Amino acid sequence: MEHIPLQYFLILSTLMFFIGVAGFIIRRNLITILMSVELMLNSVNINFVAINRYLYPDQMQGHFFSLFIVAIAAAEASVAIALIINIYRRFDTIEVTEVKEMKY
Amino acid sequence: MNFQDLLLMQHELLLTLAALVVLCVEIFSPENNKRMVVPLAVFSMLLIAAVSFFFPTSGKAFGDMYQSDTLRGAMKSVLDIATLIVFLQSYGWVNKEENRNKISEFFIIIFSSLIGMNFMISSGDFLMLYLGLELATIPIAALAAFDRYKMKSAEAGIKLILSSALSTAILLYGLSMIYATTGSIYFDEVRAAFKPDALSVLGMIFFITGMGFKMSLVPFHLWTADVYEGSPIAVTSYLSVVSKGAAAFIFTFVLYTVFPIASEIWLQVLVVLSIVTMTIGNLFAIRQGNMKRFLAFSSIAQAGFLLLGILGQGQLGMGTVIFFLLVYVFTNLAAFSVVAAISDATGKEDMTDYNGLYKTNPNLSLMLMLALFSLAGIPPVAGFFGKLFLFSAMASKGYYIVLFIAVINATISLYYYLLPVRAMFINKSDNPIEHFKSNIYLKIGLGISVVGILLTGVFSIVYEYLISVSAGL
Repeated sequence: MEHIPLQYFLILSTLMFFIGVAGFIIRRNLITILMSVELMLNSVNINFVAINRYLYPDQMQGHFFSLFIVAIAAAEASVAIALIINIYRRFDTIEVTEVKEMKY
Repeated sequence: MNFQDLLLMQHELLLTLAALVVLCVEIFSPENNKRMVVPLAVFSMLLIAAVSFFFPTSGKAFGDMYQSDTLRGAMKSVLDIATLIVFLQSYGWVNKEENRNKISEFFIIIFSSLIGMNFMISSGDFLMLYLGLELATIPIAALAAFDRYKMKSAEAGIKLILSSALSTAILLYGLSMIYATTGSIYFDEVRAAFKPDALSVLGMIFFITGMGFKMSLVPFHLWTADVYEGSPIAVTSYLSVVSKGAAAFIFTFVLYTVFPIASEIWLQVLVVLSIVTMTIGNLFAIRQGNMKRFLAFSSIAQAGFLLLGILGQGQLGMGTVIFFLLVYVFTNLAAFSVVAAISDATGKEDMTDYNGLYKTNPNLSLMLMLALFSLAGIPPVAGFFGKLFLFSAMASKGYYIVLFIAVINATISLYYYLLPVRAMFINKSDNPIEHFKSNIYLKIGLGISVVGILLTGVFSIVYEYLISVSAGL
């Protein structure tokens, strides 16, 4: 483990975060948008755990923070999926381009 | 850690208890008789507000993760009043035929979201702030889609949850950078270790971005108008007052207490954000025809004015921000209550529907006029004093150019706030909204708001109290 430098983890998490941002903006399917958000949250988890392990090995704050992020992300996903199901029942689609009752 | 420490959280514990009581009533009351839920919720909210106002706590618990003092207590009281008025104004709407079987859900969800906001306000580290923020936001997204058979409401819910999830992810990424450079997530330790190097400042900017989403500042405001229009009016007013107020408070608090060393940088950011927010919010509000959308853009503009108070820095800045939030609670909720009353009675929400309202419903028209005057900042009412203190707090630090732009914006806002007034009092209509009687709850709520609008500005004791509790920032 020690011979993998910290930079590798940070590069991975940065890539994941911005792939998530790009996915959130580009994708048109609500489920995929939700997945992009999860990707961003997981990149934050990698950040916290790696930084804690390499820079501050004598404490646990980063580890616990990432545990809480996992739990909250699950709660958020459940509400979001319930709302997406509701969208599907109303609009018969989960494409964001079709969900356009309100504009301007 | 003993029982005494646990009682520091009396406000949150009482709110949890209230949510559980409402839940039990929901379970044990007969299917078609939920009449007692609304009085019960209103009464317990009143009780909680009174207890937390008259028995303030002060201290730290859970290894400084939870902190309580008079400043946070004052902000919690402001939120309590706001939630109470929201409960009162929602009576007509939750008792409609299509909502009658889910009355209790509305109150349980509002209570749990309020618990989240209270934890967020009381947070002593970034983990608690994040947990409170999420507990405050996720239930509101469910509430935004409360009218789930309406397409607009469904759309509002999904827009709110996705944009808030994005903003939270950005905020967390910033926090991970701050953790990398300072090695802690506690406010005190971050403050001690914070140096304005590139990575820390980037983390701080991410944090400002994430909170900007919650407060609907301008580059991040795109969700606001849609969510406000689609949600039921009670949820919209909760979102625009309570949610925004809590976010604004903790944003100000963190900037003052955690990042004072980088104040040169975030002051510049706030100057730009406030100018853009005021201008865009005002200009877009002019062209809105739907009253909820109109009030959404007006609330964006008000958030821009709020940022001016943060520029005041220190005790003065914090005091004026809370005072402005208190005034904003009364003002905005009065406006929303009138819109809610009309929507409950007739289902109409467009500004053109308000033509000739004064002839048929003079009292409601006068109250809406008072609220709009207060939002615009016309002298005798509280909104004027809120804006006056914000402007003078900022001017005392020498931001004269920003002050000039803010005054221009206040003038623009006067124009569009008078549009509904003109519709009600001057425009003629062939079939105006007929005279109707509102329920007693909404009348009490409106009464509290109007008294607040008329008195908070004139009685200087309120402002002096809020300034005094902000001491030491």
